[in-house]
Amino acid sequence: MSTRTVNHRAWWLVAPVVVLVAFNALIPMMTVVNYSFQETFGDNVFFFEGFKWYEQVLTSERFHASFVRQIIFTGVILAIEIPLGVAIALTMPRRGPWVSVCLVLMALPLLIPWNVVGAMWNIFALPEIGLLGRTVNAMGIAYNFTQDPASAWITTVVMDVWHWTSLVVLLAYAGLCSIPDAYYQAAKIDGASAWAVFRHIELPKMKRVLTIAILLRFMDSFMIYTEPFVLTGGGPGNTTTFLSIDLVKAALGQFDLGPAAAMSLVYFLIVLLVCYVFFTAVMRGEER
Amino acid sequence: MARITLEQIRHSYLSAPSGDADWALKQIDLEWADGGAYALLGPSGCGKTTLLNIISGLVRPSRGQVRFDGADVTGLDPVDRHVAQVFQFPVIYDTMTVHGNLAFPLRNRAMPPDAVDARVREVAGMLDLQDKLSRRASRLTADEKQKISLGRGLVRSDVNVIMFDEPLTVIDPHMKWVLRSKLKELHREFGVTMIYVTHDQTEALTFADTVVVMYDGAVVQVGTPVELFERPRHTFVGHFIGSPGMNVLPCTVDGAEAVFDGVPIPIAGDDDSDSDDAGSGPARAARVARPRLSPSGAGGTSGLELGVRPEFVCFSDDGFAVEVTKVDDVGRYRIVDIRRGSHLMKMVVGENDTIPSENPRIRFDPAHTRVYADGWLVAPREAER
Amino acid sequence: MRSFKWVAPLLYIVFLMLPIYWLLNMSFKTTNEILGAFSLWPQDFTLENYKKIFTDSTWYTGYINSLTYVVINTVISVTAALPAAYAFSRYQFLGDKHLFFWLLTNRMAPPAVFALPFFQLYSAMNLFDTHIAVALAHCLFNIPLAVWILEGFMSAVPKELDETAYVDGYSFPRFFVKIFIPTITAGIGVTAFFCFMFSWVELLLAKNLTSVAAKPIAATMTRTASTAGYELGLLAAAGTLTIVPGAFVIYFVRHYIAKGFALGRV
Repeated sequence: MSTRTVNHRAWWLVAPVVVLVAFNALIPMMTVVNYSFQETFGDNVFFFEGFKWYEQVLTSERFHASFVRQIIFTGVILAIEIPLGVAIALTMPRRGPWVSVCLVLMALPLLIPWNVVGAMWNIFALPEIGLLGRTVNAMGIAYNFTQDPASAWITTVVMDVWHWTSLVVLLAYAGLCSIPDAYYQAAKIDGASAWAVFRHIELPKMKRVLTIAILLRFMDSFMIYTEPFVLTGGGPGNTTTFLSIDLVKAALGQFDLGPAAAMSLVYFLIVLLVCYVFFTAVMRGEER
Repeated sequence: MARITLEQIRHSYLSAPSGDADWALKQIDLEWADGGAYALLGPSGCGKTTLLNIISGLVRPSRGQVRFDGADVTGLDPVDRHVAQVFQFPVIYDTMTVHGNLAFPLRNRAMPPDAVDARVREVAGMLDLQDKLSRRASRLTADEKQKISLGRGLVRSDVNVIMFDEPLTVIDPHMKWVLRSKLKELHREFGVTMIYVTHDQTEALTFADTVVVMYDGAVVQVGTPVELFERPRHTFVGHFIGSPGMNVLPCTVDGAEAVFDGVPIPIAGDDDSDSDDAGSGPARAARVARPRLSPSGAGGTSGLELGVRPEFVCFSDDGFAVEVTKVDDVGRYRIVDIRRGSHLMKMVVGENDTIPSENPRIRFDPAHTRVYADGWLVAPREAER
Repeated sequence: MRSFKWVAPLLYIVFLMLPIYWLLNMSFKTTNEILGAFSLWPQDFTLENYKKIFTDSTWYTGYINSLTYVVINTVISVTAALPAAYAFSRYQFLGDKHLFFWLLTNRMAPPAVFALPFFQLYSAMNLFDTHIAVALAHCLFNIPLAVWILEGFMSAVPKELDETAYVDGYSFPRFFVKIFIPTITAGIGVTAFFCFMFSWVELLLAKNLTSVAAKPIAATMTRTASTAGYELGLLAAAGTLTIVPGAFVIYFVRHYIAKGFALGRV
């Protein structure tokens, strides 16, 4: 990075990207900001009065409930997907014909449209006609994700693990492949245990890609909408209503544009804040 | 410390090797004396690293045995062989300090912390790393990192051999010299066997007492630097060692004389180097598989060649006629390109010697002129050992 | 112990394949069979569901729509990202770091937040229900991603390549097209793969910006499912077909997947 030359005309090169992204990001964002302050007051808007929607959102129990659900969901899937993904990557073959087979099959869930993922799991988990639902019930465990909140939660989590663990696997695997053989050979000669190899060679080399993995999984799970919406519709009741589902319900279902807009911004700022804190923490850790 | 014996080692990376080309190592029989400073020299891809990894236990040979002091260690893991190896690119554990890196092999062997600390400080002292012990290892320069790799081998007092796999590749020229001197010094101090793999003849010749030259999966010669220069056992050694390399010319044999392009070339036994053939230095202990000679010494074979180093070619009025095509002044001597018909040769001429301007004639020094059949030395015959 | 290492990936792949198998299984069953007897494989094997999709224009145009906007988006994203990624990897300029972070923040914006304003924006521009609308909307998250991945690949190319070319008298555009782009084709392939993937799988925006003319296949699926009652076999067949393009694309870039992931910069 230090070898880059100073050239302010490089702005011309980034201009197309800036225009395209700004068009898509700034204009809608302004609309949202507008909504979040407007509606109640016509032309003479008093700004501090406009925070009413924010107050309402931030104090609403409904928002709190879906926020807490969201935090728990994201925490749970990160706690499962990251270690599981790393474990699978560690056990995958490093060379040979099986590498391609593994990669292609593992990447498959990543390329299925998200509502198809939801529909597929719906069919798969239905108690009467689904392979999973039928099998679990046959084992004597009462399971019905359309009626029982616990079943719905577990199904949503398992579906997300199914859908996204491969992303962690691919990232971790890429990190592992970049470790030169000499490191493993030196460790053998130094008499390192398998744990020491993981702790002092593999984990440090995966640190960078794992950072990307955690960030991506955090962002995407925090924004999750389509899959649980198709699977459970946020139910039974509101038990699987995560932030995005709640937001869309408010905006499109009830046409409460003001609160929905305020909620959008609060939501976006939370994602941004968490990413920024994580990002700078990692960066600082690297500089030390 | 141990004497290392390689018996009939063959290795292939394929599961079912068929042809000769499938074998990375064709057949190796070698003995490394305890405490020797060896260099393993050869071009890239000749099997040097494979051989090294077989000694350290990272690679199991397809055939043959590795013995340490006579005991078969072929099936043992690297840890149990008590060897140290330094790789081409420095391997350091990023998460640890320099101290942690040096202590790592000892901690893995459950040595008491006090003893570890004492030993680490001692080794750091030898490598001039004592004031960097608490630094994060990932922040150091390439040569310091390579010193750490070396240090992890030295901290263990039980190592049988320390192996270096082209360890100076990423080090800049000035530090190369410093590190190489350090290695020699450490060798003298500890007396531990060291094997140094390189494709650079200068590195090999300055480091080692004995040089093992490999070519295409086989050992072609084992000897002191002087022997490699004066009596190359294979035309490859002649080419590879010395600058410029040996002249190799097609010839036939007629009785005790070689005939090159119609010119009889006398060949004498080399009394000067025969004397040290009888010696029993580490080089003598190493055996090389004898080449199979087809019709040795018989005339008319297309595989016969004459080898003479440029240093042993001189202008002489009673020699044969050649043409001078180019003269390069490289300082204390000159390299002269000469030609006879389509045969190109080089010769080295001292700065005070004159190059005849008309009808130059040259002769080869009979004591240093060799005949090779299919690449292998056949005349004069070596004293059988 | 070492020799049993393959068990973990194998079990994982089995876990991945089970729901897909079930979808495939369903797609070859008649509605009656699905709702009737439970069976692990089709007892009354039928291709009716697929036949319906390939003959009914409301179904197959969905595929054409999806592929159209995905391809347009991939082309726009990669084309715009190439010079930008070059600028980030080679030059220092006013606000470069902030710009890079700002671009990435758009990857963090929940599509749900943008659903409604996007609808208004593209309606106002008379682009509602067109392929280009969806393609442009997907640029929001695909361009940052493309810049990010390409920058990683470009930074791996030594600067000497550029300098040599300029010394040889190449102008910037000629150098970029004739020399630079060919040296990073692997990176472009990987980037295109990711753009394709994220545009193909995203539906919240795609669904919101279309009604009839540009409706994506996956949206056709859900709407049909809810309006035409419980035609599970048809739904399963349509779902199965949405996996096919993805599977093709993965197969072609399988050697680059791992590499592409590794080179992104944090």
